[in-house]
Amino acid sequence: MINYQPVTILLVEDDPGHAVLIEKNLRRAGIANDIVTLDDGRKAVDFLFKEGSFKDDLHPAPLLILLDLNLPVLDGYQVLKIIKNDVRTKNVPVVMLTTTDNPHEVSRCYELGCNVYVTKPVEYAQFSEAIRMLGLFLSVVKVPGKE
Amino acid sequence: MDAQQLVTILLVEDDPGHATLIEKNLRRGGIANNIITLDDGGKAVDYLLKQGDYLGDEHPAPLLILLDLNLPVLDGYQVLKIIKNDERTKNIPIVVLTTTDTPQEVSRCYELGCNVYVTKPVEYAQFSEAIRTLGLFLAIVKIPKKE
Repeated sequence: MINYQPVTILLVEDDPGHAVLIEKNLRRAGIANDIVTLDDGRKAVDFLFKEGSFKDDLHPAPLLILLDLNLPVLDGYQVLKIIKNDVRTKNVPVVMLTTTDNPHEVSRCYELGCNVYVTKPVEYAQFSEAIRMLGLFLSVVKVPGKE
Repeated sequence: MDAQQLVTILLVEDDPGHATLIEKNLRRGGIANNIITLDDGGKAVDYLLKQGDYLGDEHPAPLLILLDLNLPVLDGYQVLKIIKNDERTKNIPIVVLTTTDTPQEVSRCYELGCNVYVTKPVEYAQFSEAIRTLGLFLAIVKIPKKE
């Protein structure tokens, strides 16, 4: 990813199989950044705002978020809404990475301010391929620096 | 992009050499969508808001915008600000595709609401590669439908 500052990728994914596949294929695409994986929406919000179990955590590196919609505790829509409505986190790029490709869900996520929406292919090889494309793309993307 | 959606790509680029290279490499990345190229920011805004020379134009397909920052008439920041602040166009995904990579410019674009920021590599082969990567990635991105 980005040259000046190491970017940490926050992966919010509750399916452990998907989480492993995503990390593996991002690495195959050449992504060497730190990847933090959290498996529910509440943990993601706490991590981002340094609350709850992440109180006093230091996140020195700028972030990019890969966000599933189907999450326990707080779902992806709620996480997205919270992130994009808070001045501390609204500029963090959020890539929706989820199973549904229903046009209403897609539009809803863009309405809520997601940066990009990617549907996870059902079939294993295509899933891996899509994540590799995502990884290659992330290596040419610039993310905003921390304030 | 999504085969069903027939998304038109609007490329706002004033350098004709870059415009050609970008179109060529998007095609090599597998992008078969219509690409409309406009070479100044004023034309881009008129096209998107259907005013000026484009008054009464119908744009049947949803759009994705590739936006350079260094444009005549209106620069990319102004185009970005106008598009992201208008109800009719604010959900159109905008990929800033420009030469500068200073962190302040990057942050400024995300502040103004760009979806993604990509720096054009200086060197020809890397430029082509980055655009192909962009093309491959755009093929897996979902775009919000027009209202």
